[in-house]
Amino acid sequence: MLFALLGAHAALAVAAPLLARSFGRRVFLVCGLAPLLATAWFAVRSPAVLAGDADAESFAWAPTIGLSADLRLDGFGLLMALLVSGIGTLIFAYAYAYFSKPRPDLGKFAGALTAFAGSMLGLILADNLILLFVFWEATSITSYLLIGFDDRKAESRDAALQALLTTGAGGLALLGGVVVLGQTADTYSLSAILAAPPPHSGLLDVALVLILLGAFTKSAQAPFHTWLPGAMAAPTPVSAYLHSATMVKAGIYLVARFSPAFADVPLWQPLVVTVGVVTMLIGGFRALRQTDIKLLLAFGTISQLGFLMALFGAGTPKAVFAGVVMLFAHALFKAALFMVVGVVDHEAHTRDLRELSGMRRVMPVAFWAAAIASASMAGLPPLLGFIAKETAFEAFIQGGFGAYAWLALAGIVAGSVLTFAYTARFTWGGFAFKGERGVEPADAHRPPAAFVAPAVLLAGLGAMFGLVPVLLDRLLNVATTALHPGWEGTYLALWHGVNLALGLSAIAVGAGTLLFVARARVETWQSRMPSMVAANDVYRATVRNVLLGAKRMTGVVQSGSLPIYLSIITLTLVVLPGVALVTRTPQPPLPPLTATPMQGVLAAMVIAAAVAIVMAGRRFVAVLLLGAVGYGVGLLFVIQGAPDLALTQFLVETLILVIFMLVLRHLPARFTQRRLPFYRALRGLVALGVGAFVFLFALTTGAARTAPSVSQEHLARSYPEAHGNNVVNVILVDFRALDTLGEIVVLVVAAIGIASLVMAVRSERERQRRDADAAVEQGARR
Amino acid sequence: MTSLILHTGTRAVFHTIMLLSVYLLFAGHNAPGGGFIGGLIGGAAMVLLYLAAGADGLRRVVRVEPVRILGAGVLFAVLTGVVAVLFGEAFLSSGLLELSVPLIGEVYISSVLAFDVGVYLVVVGLVLQVLSALGPEGGRVS
Repeated sequence: MLFALLGAHAALAVAAPLLARSFGRRVFLVCGLAPLLATAWFAVRSPAVLAGDADAESFAWAPTIGLSADLRLDGFGLLMALLVSGIGTLIFAYAYAYFSKPRPDLGKFAGALTAFAGSMLGLILADNLILLFVFWEATSITSYLLIGFDDRKAESRDAALQALLTTGAGGLALLGGVVVLGQTADTYSLSAILAAPPPHSGLLDVALVLILLGAFTKSAQAPFHTWLPGAMAAPTPVSAYLHSATMVKAGIYLVARFSPAFADVPLWQPLVVTVGVVTMLIGGFRALRQTDIKLLLAFGTISQLGFLMALFGAGTPKAVFAGVVMLFAHALFKAALFMVVGVVDHEAHTRDLRELSGMRRVMPVAFWAAAIASASMAGLPPLLGFIAKETAFEAFIQGGFGAYAWLALAGIVAGSVLTFAYTARFTWGGFAFKGERGVEPADAHRPPAAFVAPAVLLAGLGAMFGLVPVLLDRLLNVATTALHPGWEGTYLALWHGVNLALGLSAIAVGAGTLLFVARARVETWQSRMPSMVAANDVYRATVRNVLLGAKRMTGVVQSGSLPIYLSIITLTLVVLPGVALVTRTPQPPLPPLTATPMQGVLAAMVIAAAVAIVMAGRRFVAVLLLGAVGYGVGLLFVIQGAPDLALTQFLVETLILVIFMLVLRHLPARFTQRRLPFYRALRGLVALGVGAFVFLFALTTGAARTAPSVSQEHLARSYPEAHGNNVVNVILVDFRALDTLGEIVVLVVAAIGIASLVMAVRSERERQRRDADAAVEQGARR
Repeated sequence: MTSLILHTGTRAVFHTIMLLSVYLLFAGHNAPGGGFIGGLIGGAAMVLLYLAAGADGLRRVVRVEPVRILGAGVLFAVLTGVVAVLFGEAFLSSGLLELSVPLIGEVYISSVLAFDVGVYLVVVGLVLQVLSALGPEGGRVS
């Protein structure tokens, strides 16, 4: 069933462009069936999973090399799956209202969004490291399409590219880490590795650092966080989904899975907790001075992701539990807040908090949804965010890891202060009356109910779970146990008595309020501060330098002279394997020159034609002679008893001849003669060397066989196993079908390459002609 | 540079050559032939048509974009592999269909035939693509 759910996403994603033709923007409702179906299935399965069962499905797609696709749904998987598919369903409903006007490319967008939801679902269900990587990359690629949806805006394209490059680079690191880890642990099964982690070694350190690099880039941790604010260029439904349940949560998910098993590795805790806390502070600090409320939320997400990273990175049972609660709370309130921003943007046509004023009266329902979700984000009782924050404080107070736990706690409290301050700024900025300073957008109107409903639902859930947290106890405890078998279980409560955690919450609220009230002074102070090393500049410089380096490299390697290319390739061939051939002992015995007289005749013909090619002065003649060589070799195949080979050779020769003729029309009739005899001698030498090498190579390989030939086995198996008498064909399409598949893909790539090359040359010529015409015209005007 | 003789001759043999290419495609499993060879002969027929009737004449007969033929070929080959997976076999493993056809008797149809059709389409598509790229419109020297 898990496979079927992923299949449903894939099928709807492919069909979406077609569906959009008949359904228009209702295509979102059709595609939303996939996550809706998934949510329903996970809800049905939840009693069993919460009782401790884990659904596992597997199918071996390349058993000979041990590759299988394994899916597994355990407690934590269930929590994530409910978030991904549940919020996903609401996102589709929201997208239907968001795109109120039909656009021709909605089908493509809906398809990419469905594929994105499916990839994220696959990522959290995957129980095989390779499969996990595949889905990981799939989310990167689909998010690229989604972020760059407005592909006419350079800003969108740049943002999409930056997201792809950053997460793609992290993905490469992840692949390396996954392979090293898989080889060290001798299995690629995620659950097997986590149940029995390999002993600590230098190789394991390398694997973990690479995997963490992947997680940090994906989850926008400093210093890789810069792609996330840029991704705001995406339509709001995408932002809401990307920031709440998917994409950026992938890295968090990975760390959450790995942390309990690897928190003992010396570098894990300090590295992950430090990166997390620093990210939390940077994100919160930057959020404080944003004027675009969507961008403000984006920096808020970075801050929250850092918080989650620090919690999961600590890896103690209590911290993991706090992370799970926070993860759930964050998904609910962040999706709701982004949806509200989309509503405000849609109805007021601005997201600038200096322009927005009085939105509270224009859209009271949206305002209340935002207020409740904001309160949860700020960590105010009686909301789920408050419980999550309290639990997190307790986890760090309890410690259980290095002496720096107090430092980390201080960082998190500071981060919470910032969180409160930027949340207040968001709610005030988006909805408050600002007297004369704010300009009330005149044409803002009340949003339709369906547009606001998803946000209301999510905010309401946050409030309900905050007031009656017992509803969540089971789900969150089972999820934590799935991550950390050492978790004893606890219950969630709003009121824990007067303790240190409550005191820290009070500090966060108090100091946060001060920061908000003094916002004018804070802004001046922030703008006066010299901007530290801007991470975005580093990104730009890196991209620029890589491109520059590639250009220089190309300039050196690609001189553009065909003779030089050929000489380098052939000389490498002659020198490297050639030396090994000559020095090899014992040298193979010379076989008889010909087996039958006919071979001798054909060989003489081929040699004569080859010599004649070199002497030929006209290209046309040379091409014909080249054909003669090819046909001669084909005839050799015939008398050797290889009809398939011979037929192929003849046909290819014929086609090449015709294609050559088509090309020759564009070339001068005669070869340009090099005057310098030195070059001619040099070329002759290279040619002779290659000839000698190939001759010697054929001799040696024929004599160097140590194992029996596979052809006998192929012959013996051809009919019984593949029901074909033509063994050549059976090898091509059955025994070695994967090779053939690769080859035909190469043919397709070559065909596309030819077409693009010719097209490039043509447009270049046209440009030159236009320039020339323009010059003539200018001359005439003078 | 159309010649009447070439034009008429091509009209006479074109369909026969295409028939031969399809025959070789189907016969390939047990006799010389197969998707690659069949595709090359089909491609040769296209070249002949191109030489006789020009790019326009070719386009009148083959109305599909070469790129689509190429894509269809790869899709065919991949889908053959996927079908095997759906039957619980490894990717691209072959299956056999036994039919008793009246008058002909027992007929075996191997699933690799579909794979070979994919190869055939890619080869023909490649030739068509090269023709359209290198033909007069493609690389015209003005």
